[in-house]
Amino acid sequence: MNNEENILLKVKDLRKYFFRVRGLTKKVVGIVKAVDKVNFFIKEGETLALVGESGCGKTTTGRCILRAIEPTSGEIIFKINNKEKPVNMRNLDKDELKKVRKNMAMIFQDPYSSLNPRMTILEIVGEPFIIHKVVRKRRELEERVAELLRMVRLDPEYMRRYPHAFSGGQRQRIAIARALALRPKFIVADEPVSALDVSVQAQILNLLGELQDKFNLTYLFIAHNLAVIEYVSNRVAVMYVGKMVELADTEELFSSPKHPYTEALLSAVPKPDPKYKKKRIILKGDIADPANPPSGCYFHPRCKYAQDICKEEEPPLINITGDKEHPHYVACHFAGKLELIGIKD
Amino acid sequence: MENNLLLKVEGLKTYFFSREGTLKAVDGVSFDIKRGETLGIAGESGCGKSVTAQSILRIVPQNGRITGGNILFNLNERGFINLVKLNPEGEEIRKIRGKEISMIFQEPMTSFSPVHTIGNQIMEVIMLHQALSRKEAKEKAIELLKKVGMPKPTQMIDAYPFNLSGGMRQRAMIAMALSCQPSLLIADEPTTAVDVTIQAQVLELIKELQKELNMALIIITHDLAVIAELADKVLIMYLGKNVEYASVDELFYNPKHPYTKGLLASIPKLGKGSRQRIEPISGSVPSPYEMPSGCLFHPRCPRFIPGVCDKKEPPFIEIGENHKVSCFLYKR
Repeated sequence: MNNEENILLKVKDLRKYFFRVRGLTKKVVGIVKAVDKVNFFIKEGETLALVGESGCGKTTTGRCILRAIEPTSGEIIFKINNKEKPVNMRNLDKDELKKVRKNMAMIFQDPYSSLNPRMTILEIVGEPFIIHKVVRKRRELEERVAELLRMVRLDPEYMRRYPHAFSGGQRQRIAIARALALRPKFIVADEPVSALDVSVQAQILNLLGELQDKFNLTYLFIAHNLAVIEYVSNRVAVMYVGKMVELADTEELFSSPKHPYTEALLSAVPKPDPKYKKKRIILKGDIADPANPPSGCYFHPRCKYAQDICKEEEPPLINITGDKEHPHYVACHFAGKLELIGIKD
Repeated sequence: MENNLLLKVEGLKTYFFSREGTLKAVDGVSFDIKRGETLGIAGESGCGKSVTAQSILRIVPQNGRITGGNILFNLNERGFINLVKLNPEGEEIRKIRGKEISMIFQEPMTSFSPVHTIGNQIMEVIMLHQALSRKEAKEKAIELLKKVGMPKPTQMIDAYPFNLSGGMRQRAMIAMALSCQPSLLIADEPTTAVDVTIQAQVLELIKELQKELNMALIIITHDLAVIAELADKVLIMYLGKNVEYASVDELFYNPKHPYTKGLLASIPKLGKGSRQRIEPISGSVPSPYEMPSGCLFHPRCPRFIPGVCDKKEPPFIEIGENHKVSCFLYKR
């Protein structure tokens, strides 16, 4: 991987397994490999999108990085600043973790459940300052919160109200203000616009973009809407049943996908254009069950290009361009040999 | 009235009454559908699109009432019947529900009964409307499941809804809705709860079956891309009102109302990447208890005319062939 200095976060062989246990003896009767040996890095100031269908492990990956849930194995190397050595999030104890976490924040999908209904906006947005003992005086706290609210274009006058007084879009702005409170470098945005009305989604997407430019933020943007992903991200990682199947620059991935799953995903999206009636690739069957995945390449039962080898061997994730500046990683036995169709104007 | 016309909704008003006041969920909505045609109804949350569907089937929740307008439905030899005049619990509407008009819902998990097998639930509909024995109904149910692409239909007929994945449940739901070959199918956000690749399967299935059965379709969604994919004509709603009504090509290539234009400009388009500009609509959908005066969209409208838009309500006028809009910027 190139340009080590620019890399803010590096995830190595990340695994998160959930064990299904039964009875008093807690006998393990099944393993759900929610995240299975995932590798990627994020450069400073960029947006990496994580895309996939439900159950592919994209949210679990995001949570493991912040150690909101404990990963089963793997390394999460985070660079706090240029002076200190990057730390492995997995080795930190509670106090150290708290210090590192000041640099990271999360925005959740549903602004109706991510804000405590019994707390005022002042308490919600000001809580990070109190937890990390950054601000002690009430007067200063109010000033800091007002500044944050202005940043996300909410009137600071409303800071004594409760979340129920706000619309979905306004609540998501509050959640963003809270995430920005400690000036983090890295934000995990888990489906930040999927629960919002269409006309409001654009407001939040543009706001996230502006804030990124202003504070040089780095985003891990988790979403299932490919049009949104194409709009916001620099690079895209596609996941399928806990595994990463493709990772490349956004334009490259959308115009010339190299994994049959990515091709099908792009083809499946309806376009807001009635003249656009192409023959789409309809995948057969359902998404594989992560508790009981198929052999070989997990995608083979739905893949129209599948051969015998796909049933037997799991394809490794390799960089097929060989280019270190713009790598294109694919996990497919026939990567580069198939004629796949992307999306073009 | 012409025989080809299947459903005509005129000035429909459905209001909800609660302690907080009167909520005008649907307020003067008009549209019509011909046989085999597809109408898309689009709008954001609270625009009344689902209540419109509930009004047609007369399944509006208890505190709501249809307070005005007509819903004329073509029953072939018996001519047009006004569904608004029927008793919502009466014999007549129950003969229409599930037989002439049926509906598929957003989340099939909550619209199936969890304690009965999907086979029993499909058979119930069949036996209610058709004089078939239990055995014949079961055969028919299996045939229907096969038609909607359910794998192993003879075994799946004994499955409970929780045994099925989201996509499979949606297929079972479609099988149930089509069991009596309705002339009108209402699909309320049929693909919002499923994944993209499954959405493609479900939309394709609906399209095929519609063609095969020559069935009219009302597709209700907030996703304009789904509308572009399926619909022949489109009704855009905002806070219970008609905003714009046009053929699908007119609406996407020649939108007139500032709200329609705003909606189209605010969605990122696949294939355009980060070079495109998306223009959000300012503000957010107001609370239904604090409706603005005049044109309901005026506080968010970029082309608001002071003294006009906030004073009077714009009429819904015809501005071209099959193109209606309610906005003061346009004249008849």
